[in-house]
Order: sequence, then C-alpha cells, then structure tokens
Amino acid sequence: MSAKVGQAAGAPSFADAARGMLGNTQLRHNVRNATDVIRARRAHAVAETLDWEQLRDSARAVKDHVLRHLQAYLEQFETACTAAGGKVHWARDADEANGKIVDIIRSHGATEVIKVKTMTSDETALNPALEAAGITPIETDLADLIIQLGADKPSHIVVPALHRNRAEIRRLFMEKMQLKELGERAEDLTAAARRYLRERFLRVRVGLSGANFAVAESGSLCVVESEGNGRMCVTLPKVLISLVGIEKIVPTFGDLEVFLQLLARSATGERMNPYNSIWTGVTPGDGPEEFHVVLLDNGRTGVLDDPASRATLACIRCGACLNICPVYRQTGGHAYGSIYAGPIGAILTPQLQAMRHSQSLPYASTLCGACYDVCPVKIDIPEILLHLRNKVVKGHGAPFAEWMAMKVAARAFSKGGRLESAQKLVRIAQKPFVEDGVIGRLPGMMANWTRFRDLPAVPAESFRQWWAKRQRKEIS
Amino acid sequence: MSAAMPDAKQEILERIRKATGGAGDRAAEYAAIPREYRREGGMAPEARLELFAARLYDYGASVYRCTAAQIADAVAQALTQRRRTAIVVSQGVPASWLPEGFEFVEDNALSYAALDQSNGVLTGCEAAVAFTGTIILRHGPGQPRRAVTLVPDYHLCVVRAEQVVETLPEAIRRVEEFRAVPLTTISGPSATSDIEMTRVKGVHGPRTLDVVLVL
Repeated sequence: MSAKVGQAAGAPSFADAARGMLGNTQLRHNVRNATDVIRARRAHAVAETLDWEQLRDSARAVKDHVLRHLQAYLEQFETACTAAGGKVHWARDADEANGKIVDIIRSHGATEVIKVKTMTSDETALNPALEAAGITPIETDLADLIIQLGADKPSHIVVPALHRNRAEIRRLFMEKMQLKELGERAEDLTAAARRYLRERFLRVRVGLSGANFAVAESGSLCVVESEGNGRMCVTLPKVLISLVGIEKIVPTFGDLEVFLQLLARSATGERMNPYNSIWTGVTPGDGPEEFHVVLLDNGRTGVLDDPASRATLACIRCGACLNICPVYRQTGGHAYGSIYAGPIGAILTPQLQAMRHSQSLPYASTLCGACYDVCPVKIDIPEILLHLRNKVVKGHGAPFAEWMAMKVAARAFSKGGRLESAQKLVRIAQKPFVEDGVIGRLPGMMANWTRFRDLPAVPAESFRQWWAKRQRKEIS
Repeated sequence: MSAAMPDAKQEILERIRKATGGAGDRAAEYAAIPREYRREGGMAPEARLELFAARLYDYGASVYRCTAAQIADAVAQALTQRRRTAIVVSQGVPASWLPEGFEFVEDNALSYAALDQSNGVLTGCEAAVAFTGTIILRHGPGQPRRAVTLVPDYHLCVVRAEQVVETLPEAIRRVEEFRAVPLTTISGPSATSDIEMTRVKGVHGPRTLDVVLVL
C-alpha cells in the first residue's frame, strides 16, 4: 500500500519552488489581496462570537474523542448508513478509492460525472484516474472550474483559484467556453459559469462529493458550501458517490452545532455559509436513488499512530492557517507542491506519505504560531512542525558538514574560554566578508546561512570583554 | 484485487486498533466533553425576530411581515414586487397561503426542466436561526423535495415566528428528530467569493430569496 497526496511525491523542495513564486509579482499581489480580505472578514466574524473559545474547546475535545474511538465510530457509521440505504466501501489508499469509484460509475455506463469541490479527490488524484477510464469529471465549484479549465493546480484549501485575478479568469472563460463577449466584473464571470454548468447539472446522472462531516449515530453526511453547486451535485443525479476521509466522523447529529459555527467563520468569515446539505442514505422521491460512500484511509491511520502529531487529523479544512501564515502569504500555495498548502499542508502532506516525501515542508514555516492562534480546532501546528523536523533529521541524519559544524559549535559554546578563542578566530576570518557590520554573503558550504538574510558580524568587542573592562574601571 | 489480499475494511480497522490501543468507556467519555458554548439564546422574542430580519436584509433578502391570516397577501406582495407569475408550490404548503391572480403549479414530481423554467418556488420551513439568518428546510414525505427548493431561480419561504430561535444549537435540537430525511440550511441566496474575494450573490442555487415572516 502506498498513500499518495496528488503529485506531492514528485514535487521539488519547498525552498526551490518558493524561489520561483517569489519572482512572480502578479501571483504575490493576488495572494496578498485575497488573504487580506479573508483575514479581515474572519477577524470580524470571530470577534462578534462571544463563545468562540468555548466552541474551539468543544470542537477539539470532540475530535480527540473521535480519534481515540475511531474504529467504533466508523463501524457505527457504516451500520447506520447501510440501514438508510447507502452502500459503504473502504479504501486503503488513493488507487483503491479511485478504482472503486471508476467501477461504480462504469456499472451505470456513465461517461460523465459532476463534482462538487472535494480536496480529498484532489488528494487521490481522482480526475486523472477518471479520465484514464474514459470518464469526464466536471468540476462545478467556481474556483475548481477555473482550475480545471486552466489545467492549473489548486493553491488554497477553500479558495483554490485565489492566485488568479479577474482578467486572467475572463480570458480563460472566453477561450474555454467559446464566448465572443464577456463582461469583466466578477458578476459577469459568475453568470458565465452558471450558464455553462446549468445544463450539465440537469443532465449528468452521476454526482461526486466529499463530505465535511460524517455523523456516526445516523450515518448522515454533511456538505458545507456557498454556491449551490454542492446541493446540485448531491441532489439531482441518480447516483451519488461520496469520498470521505476516515477522520471526518463526528459522533452525533448534535455535534454539528459546534462545527458548523466554527467552519464558516474560520473559512470565509461568514456567520454561516449559504448552504449546508445534510442527508442520510437514500430518500425515496427525493434525490439520488443510489448512494455510495467510499471511506478513505490513504495514510490517515499512519498519522493516527503517532500521538505527538495525531491532532493533525482534527483539521476541518477551513484554511484560516493559510490566510494568516506569513510564509504562505509570500509564496502562495503552489510552492508547497501539495494540494494541501500552508501550515496544515506542511504537517499533513508529509505525514500522509509516511514521511517518505515532502520532507522540506516542515521547514516551510517561521514557527511564529499565528496558525495555532486561528485554528478553530486548536491544532498546535508549530509543535507538530518541530516534531516532524525531528523525524526528518532522525530519518536521514543531518548532512555531514552540518553535523560536524554543530559538534564544533557545541564544544565552543560549552566553556567561556573556548568561546572567546573561537570569537577571536572568527573576527579574523570574517574580515573579507563584513560590510557595515553585517555579513551579506558567505562562500562555499556556508552560503545557505546568508542566501536569504544578512548575518550580523562578530563585533570587535564581546560582552564579556566589555564587562571585564567596565569592572576594571570601577575598581580603579 | 486478489482473493488472498485481506479485506480493506478489516485492514483499516486493524491499523486503527493498533494505533489507538484499548480505548476506554466511549459513552462516558463522550458525555464528559466540555460544552461551555452558548446553547440557549437570551433575547426577548421581539428582539430575536428583529435580528433575524436584519440578517436577512444583510443577505439581500426582502422580509414581509404579516399575521397568520395575511400570508396570502404577503405572498402576493412579494411575487408582485419580484414580477413572478408562474410559481411552483412545494408539498406541505397549505392552499390558504396562495393568493388569487397567480399561476401556481403543485409539485407532483415535476421534471428538472419544468423546475428550471418556472419563475420560482414557494415553501415553508422547519426552523430558523436569528443570529445567523439561517433557514432550515426539512425534506422527505409531505415536505418540499430538495430539487424544488434548488433549481428555480427564486425562493419565497414562509417562516413562522415560533420557528425562529436565537442560536444554532437551539435549531439543531429542533430538527434533530428529522435527521433521517435530508435537511438543508440556507443563509441567504447562493453566493461566491471565488473571484478576487468579491462577494457575488446568486450562483447556482436560487439567486433571489425572500421571506414571509408570520408574527
């Protein structure tokens, strides 16, 4: 079995990818604008919710509880969903999930499927698998449609096309929808997407969704959305397939009262998102006649196995940590090489892949802690980042030169006299590189220290020397 | 998949067992989860309805207040204002809500095409939340089908004052017993902010939502 996260296994390191993004001023401008807007809205929506901290505490307690009892809750979900007329499938990894979904669609002789935004299907790279099987996936979320038509990649969990501006989207729509005329306001572009998709909503017989929450006691699923494309996809087709990560379970229907209050405010800064669809199995005379749930592991049980980072699975995919992150804000999502970007992506992506790929991601952070502050389920992302860095280093060991340097440094720092001798040496060695009291560029293996920032030079006099002189003066 | 391969379900559950070990008393642990957040509102009924209406205005919805005897008049007023003439009537809507002078089509499993061509839909609801301006629809037998509340471009919803609670937890408790049938929560008309974070009202769901609030 091998868990995969989109194309993350083959992605370049974060530092390499980020360098390219930093040169793209248009992208940085788009990302900065969008994250500024969402952050302001979120801050407002959170400030007026006086029981915000209490909601966070409950949400986290519910998630921790579910993870501890995941086996029992998954079995309870399966029993309830089956009793309500749904069919539950289990998939160990992405390929197994994709295979099952292809089989279901083929059994109906369908060649098209309408999809409501599901990050989980990006994780399993479902669309390429469908296309390889001769099935056309139609993305219906506006941002996902922009990504699909542009053969682009999502750069944000909630607003996947946040790196695209209006002019770019207009050009794309005119070309791909074969429109001779199209206005340039967001309203015009949205109306074009409505016209383009409406006929497809009413015609296509198979729908595909993810789920934000799966209720164990009732076997219900809940899809949270804004545009109505989610309602279309889970309501109008004859056959509905929902791909759900095993960590999406909540114990009871009542628990939705906690998460629905947190998710919209954290994700888009709305008091409540326009639409939530909650359904249980099959309802005669209303909606799909056939309903499948594919429960996906794809590395999640591996994350569960490490108590120090298990909380990663509490994530409700709101994207607040992306919007607040000073690193994400500069690089945008693509630099992470994963469909899960930003702080949560930096901890989730490598763990899902059993720490075999994406090992540069735990370093894609300044550890400032802003992500922890905004997280609606209180995931201590900085702690987990450090834990994963530790794992990366333990896995391969540090490079030899760094290891040697650290050994030498440890020795030098362990005694005052040694440190002074070392400082004397450095004062001489640094001379050719110092300008205005800083070292702008170091040669050879040390170049990494100064690649993105200046290094303060060792001053002519150390604190110890100054202190000793001062004392001598006082005595005399 | 070969027959020798262990069942996916068994394998996943085995991995979970290995990771979580012997878990304690699930029910007791669940009952002990802290719930210090607001589960009851404290507003007077008048203020609650005021807040609900204000939230709906924020979403761009019009609110028509009336008494139980005036529902048909309020419906007529809303439809006239929006220039809608051919309206689908969902299951569960009493005849007394329907004014004279409009073409009402009862939903007897109407086709999607028919719904798409209609001028709008008239429904009731199950509950509403003042703080978020949310309306909760219950579907299933004798209730509006999901498609009926979704495909038409205009949704006129009748909400009775006693259905409006202040907080989401109160509303969840009211609809909990119906969790076996589909439920939809609606907070304003469909919307998107996917293009440059500019909020655009009206995407795929009804682009216009109005509410008749029965006092």
